[in-house]
Amino acid sequence: MVGWGSGSRIERSVTSMGGMASPQVASVGAPHVDEAQRVDEERQADRPWVTIVHNDPVNLMSYVTWVLQKLFGYSREKAEKLMLDVHYRGKAVVSSGARERMEHDASQLHAYGLWATVEQP
Amino acid sequence: MTGPAVSRASLFRRYGDKYAARFGAAEAMVVRRVISEIVGLIDREPARTDPDRAILDRLFPNAYPDDPHDGAEFRRLTYGDLARTKREQANVVLRTLPADGGVVALDAENAEAWLRALTDVRLALGLRLNITEDMDLQSAIDEAVAADPTSARVAQLCVYAYLTYLQESLVDSLMRQ
Repeated sequence: MVGWGSGSRIERSVTSMGGMASPQVASVGAPHVDEAQRVDEERQADRPWVTIVHNDPVNLMSYVTWVLQKLFGYSREKAEKLMLDVHYRGKAVVSSGARERMEHDASQLHAYGLWATVEQP
Repeated sequence: MTGPAVSRASLFRRYGDKYAARFGAAEAMVVRRVISEIVGLIDREPARTDPDRAILDRLFPNAYPDDPHDGAEFRRLTYGDLARTKREQANVVLRTLPADGGVVALDAENAEAWLRALTDVRLALGLRLNITEDMDLQSAIDEAVAADPTSARVAQLCVYAYLTYLQESLVDSLMRQ
């Protein structure tokens, strides 16, 4: 599966901790650099991905509302608002989070015949 | 997306915990035929003709239209499951709808399979008929009848309209609980 490999991040932090042979000295300078770099990488990786539903001329408005309620547990009101966004604006973000999660959501939406894509805005 | 149907016909209705409709022999035959066609299309993948390819592209959408590599990878990982799901939901329709018509009474799970199967069929027919967002179905049928009442387009538009009402009645029944 396409993804960003959280394993490598864990490896890096383990390595940097192992390198702190003398914590009293190292904790002042080196960890700050590591920390800044790590936070930077995580900011990039953790920036949420989104699942987008696109409008199509076939699917019923009631059906799209029902699917969004069913799949995401959204209230009738929220599902209807999203459906109307899809209908009038051409598309709407229906969920956001980790990339793997969004790919799962998109494949679920595909099983219901909705046109869904995944992206990191 | 299309709005509320012009017809007030509510074909599926909720009775307790079942969703039921009565099908005439002709209606049953039509529904079974279009559902079988979708199964045939999925089984013949990869598509041989451009129209069939467009339908399969719609039934199995690309989650990454701007990234050929990720798009191909997503498809590789999801195609099998999605194809199996689509075959299963089509089979639920074929199993629960008697060939010569009659009453179909669905539990919630089978009603959902019907909804998804009807969606696949309508998506396919919608592409074949060039259904557009602002198209009024009744006017489209009237125009097609005026052009040639015996044309395949008239018949297919009528089937599409019927399936739309059918699906809408089932969604409405499910949402009303």
